[in-house]
Amino acid sequence: MNGAAETSMQPYLERFAALEGKHAAEPPWLTAQRREALARFSGDGFPDPRAEEWRYTNVRPITRQAFRAAEELTPRLEPESLVAARIGDLVLTDLVFVNGRFRPELSSPRCQQPGIRVRSLAAILAEEPDSLRDLLGSEVSYANNPFAALNSAFLSDGAVVDLAADTELQHPVRLLLVSTGEAAPVVCHPRVLIRLGRHAKAAVLEHFLGLPGARNFCNLVTEVRLEAGARLEHYRLQEEAEQGFLVASVHARVQRDARYLSHNVNLGGRLVRQDLNVRLNQPGASAELNGLLLAAGRQHVDNHTRIHHAAPHTTSQESYKSVLDGHGRGVFKGRVLVERDAQKIEAHQTSGNLLLSDTAEVDTKPELEIYADDVVCSHGATVGQLDEASLFYLRSRAIDAETARSLLIFAFADEVISRMGLAPVRARLEEIIVGRLPDSETLKGFV
Amino acid sequence: MLSVQNLQVEVDGKLILKGLSLEVKAGEVHAIMGPNGSGKSTLCQVLAGRDGYRITQGAVRYLGQDLLQMAPELRAREGLMLAFQYPVEIPGVKNVYLLKAAYNAVREHRGEPELDTFEFLTLVREKIKLMKMDESFLHRGVNEGFSGGEKKRNEILQALILEPKLAILDETDSGLDIDALKVVAQGVNGLRSRERALVLVTHYQRLLNYIEPDFVHVLSGGRIVRSGDKSLALELEERGYEGVAEAAA
Repeated sequence: MNGAAETSMQPYLERFAALEGKHAAEPPWLTAQRREALARFSGDGFPDPRAEEWRYTNVRPITRQAFRAAEELTPRLEPESLVAARIGDLVLTDLVFVNGRFRPELSSPRCQQPGIRVRSLAAILAEEPDSLRDLLGSEVSYANNPFAALNSAFLSDGAVVDLAADTELQHPVRLLLVSTGEAAPVVCHPRVLIRLGRHAKAAVLEHFLGLPGARNFCNLVTEVRLEAGARLEHYRLQEEAEQGFLVASVHARVQRDARYLSHNVNLGGRLVRQDLNVRLNQPGASAELNGLLLAAGRQHVDNHTRIHHAAPHTTSQESYKSVLDGHGRGVFKGRVLVERDAQKIEAHQTSGNLLLSDTAEVDTKPELEIYADDVVCSHGATVGQLDEASLFYLRSRAIDAETARSLLIFAFADEVISRMGLAPVRARLEEIIVGRLPDSETLKGFV
Repeated sequence: MLSVQNLQVEVDGKLILKGLSLEVKAGEVHAIMGPNGSGKSTLCQVLAGRDGYRITQGAVRYLGQDLLQMAPELRAREGLMLAFQYPVEIPGVKNVYLLKAAYNAVREHRGEPELDTFEFLTLVREKIKLMKMDESFLHRGVNEGFSGGEKKRNEILQALILEPKLAILDETDSGLDIDALKVVAQGVNGLRSRERALVLVTHYQRLLNYIEPDFVHVLSGGRIVRSGDKSLALELEERGYEGVAEAAA
């Protein structure tokens, strides 16, 4: 560890010491978990740019800043400023967080469905912390991820979506994580816990919304456990502000015949790193991972996915796409690990990347590690410009060149969007993407 | 309508068209026949405005304008349409939206009002029946997953809707079974009119059993080596391209 890294860790270590008194009031298992995580963080330090898992993403813009703790202030926020977060006519159970803190006055009334617990983490930690004992921290891994350890050390709020066996959410739950423009940027460490009992069904959206001027750092960890036969459709809509920072990881365990669907859409942020770790833990478990990334200007967005086939007869399907313009930079690293006993598994991965400028850049890297011999695995990656033959075809049908280009970009991105189950989410994303393309007025006639 | 004079075209430094001349008037149907590699597709692509071709000599006038100076979309708006030999698949762009956008772009260019969705769909449904295509094709991606024959039908469907002044059909008969060929030919015959010119570019004579041309041209080695009426196609069928080309030389 070098000297600079030590300095950047120092504010976190000091703050942890200052919180010791507050943490002492918590159950001992939680205090122990925090201390262990902090020890891990202070041992590992922030990621070294030479570390394999971080070589494409330098986190110095985050680590060199001394962010204030988000808990120190409660920004005023009028409900009207959340109009931008509306998703058509989709009825949602909304939990709104402002800089990581739950704000009941901006949120939907509490979910009253029997067998279903949808609440802020802070409320549960205050009222019944021991109910989280076998949930909080059960899936998270700190390997190559000191940010996750940092989250465990400092977590104070977030959300719990906990469904008993055979229940189903009436409306999708949305965790709306709003980041506000503050004179001094803040850091928050929200933790989301999603547990679906046997054959339970849910759609959960994590929606990041950066308000104008937001320069905060959100360090999120989401733990997911799907019991046998459960099904989760997990949306992540990242619309951070131009100068926003986000590091977020998902740690999911998928049990027998359960299905995990992930739609991870990145539209904003200055520097974003996402890790999706999915463990297909028992036979019949399956996962579908869809990713879409649009970056321009000086945006840098890094997606690392790891799918772990730990049991036979498990399947995974992964498709990540990026559209990069300006000086936008994208990273996709998709690791698939198949254990020796995980026979008869199927794993497919594709990565498609569109570079719209000479200065845009993408690093895409599949990494297949297969120890079983009876498997069906495939992967493919493309990096390129718009297809010349398609452009010409459209122009030969009287479509002008600019509209033709926009149309092909839209179609490229829409392939990911079209796999989403919630139509209003699809419509919102299509509208955003069309709005970003040149000649969007003409384009609206096409979609 | 179309006047091609001594057109010479290079692709990757290689001369493909070596001084091709062709006159097409409104109301006429021309067949350009030639073996593989004779320059048929190059001619079609150059007329439609594809990049990657270097015009080293000659001129093309279309409706009194310098065609080679016009962007592909302007050519299309001025009523020139190429039916592709290999129509491109464009997943994510619905067939019906492309049709509507193309149709309205042409109308706008002519100073005519756009059709609303209802009027447009009425028109499309009428034409799609002629091509014996299922309406579900409208809501699929452009040519996405279409068979070879379905793609060719879709090209003719576009022509029926866009009503070009000059339609150039590049190997529209290739890859069609006999039933599909009849449907496509029927569609093409439906395009014949006194105001419209058709140029059929083909390798085989069989399309001409269903669409009777006014003129037949033999393209060989990058230029038109013989021109005649429909009987020339039958001569080609008997003697082959080599026989006809030798006789011309």
